[in-house]
Amino acid sequence: MYQGMYEILSNKCIAKNTYEMILKGDTASLTKPGQFINIKLEGKYLRRPISVCDYDKETTTIIYKVVGKGTEQMAEMKNGEMLDVLSGLGNGFDITKADKDAVLLGGGAGIAPMFNLCRELINKGTDVTVILGFNTKEEVYYEEEFKNLGAKVYITTVDGSYGEKGFVTDVMKNLTYSYFFTCGPMPMFKAIESVATTSGQYSFEERMGCGFGACMGCSCKTKYGNKRICKDGPVLYREEIIW
Amino acid sequence: MVDTKVTLSGIELSNPVIPASGTFGYGYEFAELYDINCLGTFSFKGTTKDPRFGNPTPRIAECERGMINAVGLQNPGVDKVISEELPKLKECFHKPVMANVSGFSVEDYAYTCERLNGEDQIGWFEVNISCPNVHGGGMAFGTSPEMAALVTKEVKKVTDKPVFIKLSPNVTDIVSIAKACEDAGADGLSLINTLLGMRIDLKTKKPVIHNKMGGFSGPAIKPVALRMVYQVYEAVKIPIIGMGGIETAEDVIEMMLAGATAVEVGAANLIDPFASKTIVDNLPSVMAKYNIEKLSDIIGGAH
Repeated sequence: MYQGMYEILSNKCIAKNTYEMILKGDTASLTKPGQFINIKLEGKYLRRPISVCDYDKETTTIIYKVVGKGTEQMAEMKNGEMLDVLSGLGNGFDITKADKDAVLLGGGAGIAPMFNLCRELINKGTDVTVILGFNTKEEVYYEEEFKNLGAKVYITTVDGSYGEKGFVTDVMKNLTYSYFFTCGPMPMFKAIESVATTSGQYSFEERMGCGFGACMGCSCKTKYGNKRICKDGPVLYREEIIW
Repeated sequence: MVDTKVTLSGIELSNPVIPASGTFGYGYEFAELYDINCLGTFSFKGTTKDPRFGNPTPRIAECERGMINAVGLQNPGVDKVISEELPKLKECFHKPVMANVSGFSVEDYAYTCERLNGEDQIGWFEVNISCPNVHGGGMAFGTSPEMAALVTKEVKKVTDKPVFIKLSPNVTDIVSIAKACEDAGADGLSLINTLLGMRIDLKTKKPVIHNKMGGFSGPAIKPVALRMVYQVYEAVKIPIIGMGGIETAEDVIEMMLAGATAVEVGAANLIDPFASKTIVDNLPSVMAKYNIEKLSDIIGGAH
């Protein structure tokens, strides 16, 4: 975990209510795809936990949806402004579990952590198929970016305005694969749980107090004892989850 | 050179800054971030007789200048605290620690304190009779002078270590409860625990927190905490650990002027993991700014 002031290098709308922000600052505390950062906003008491979409030596990219006052405030921030960030939070995805191929399923803002995961899996020689789920065409983002990494990409929209009509699971159920990773809303997780045929990993979301394991605000029960979504998660193995 | 030392029931603290129970675990996670031996001491996670998962989530709600929590005393239970948590604590913290204890019956409190009494590193007990987040106990003991006195007496029977009783602000007359604890033999008092509060989500039109209500903490409650510490200081002779919305070295001094011998830092640790250390680091310069040479001289100075 690292705390520091990060400079906003860019902050732009990339789809309906969806923003991509690039922050300059320490990334040494980020060690795995699927970790998150916790952002302090002026006038807001609790920090905002946001998944890391990608990072390199100097920059961290996040993607967030405007869903309330905090994210509205973020959307209005300008290049050059500074943010107090706690970085390197959460356990991240365990890519050692995937071997020759993997399916990545992302829903809405949950697509963001799939990006760095996709890059890391491809780098280690895994064939990656990505299924990105949206409600409608205006929400679609990062299709080209995933293709440029070398992944096979499917898009689904609930209203059928782009890609295949339906949910990510409508594509998943027709594929053969040996492992899966996912991040997205709970109804999507439940649908995946009902069609998935292999082991996999789910990245969960919960209301958090601190984001680094101190307050016990985001605990859940697993088959192997209590876990804190922020510290022992957000990624849990399919085998340990109690639905 | 200013003097930040205070003495709490015969044990000297290098400074009065104490991370509050429930915001600092058993210390070792913060020890990965900084040397926690810079703290006066800390109050470890509220420990009960049996393991507890606590309440369903969501347990956290944001407020203006504060937060609500309804964790519900999640902890591994006293046996595992002794066998697994305290050995880890001992590796990173080398001062006497404060043992925060909760219960659901008078017997629970006495049992847990008796089990922990043999642990050498425990300097004080902080007996929580004010948790707003558990049914059938907790706050019920803290809202009646008779029950508060009974818990105090039973705990005092099983330990020779100093016993601080942690009081609830959710009462009509905190002074009467403070006096009842003093009369029953309490060595000191900790106040205030969280204020019972709630938030409602306008989208779902339902309470944000699964338990509906929870404990409100953060800087918004500081004026209430100061007022209660001030009132209790006038009524009792035993030392007070003051808490509620402490975020800065200035807040520590203000709380001591109200009557606190030492000061706990709670929610601030969750927003800024370095908050308690920063307060310790800033204390000398803030003391100098206000012409305070010896911190212990200002206790109750506002009276």
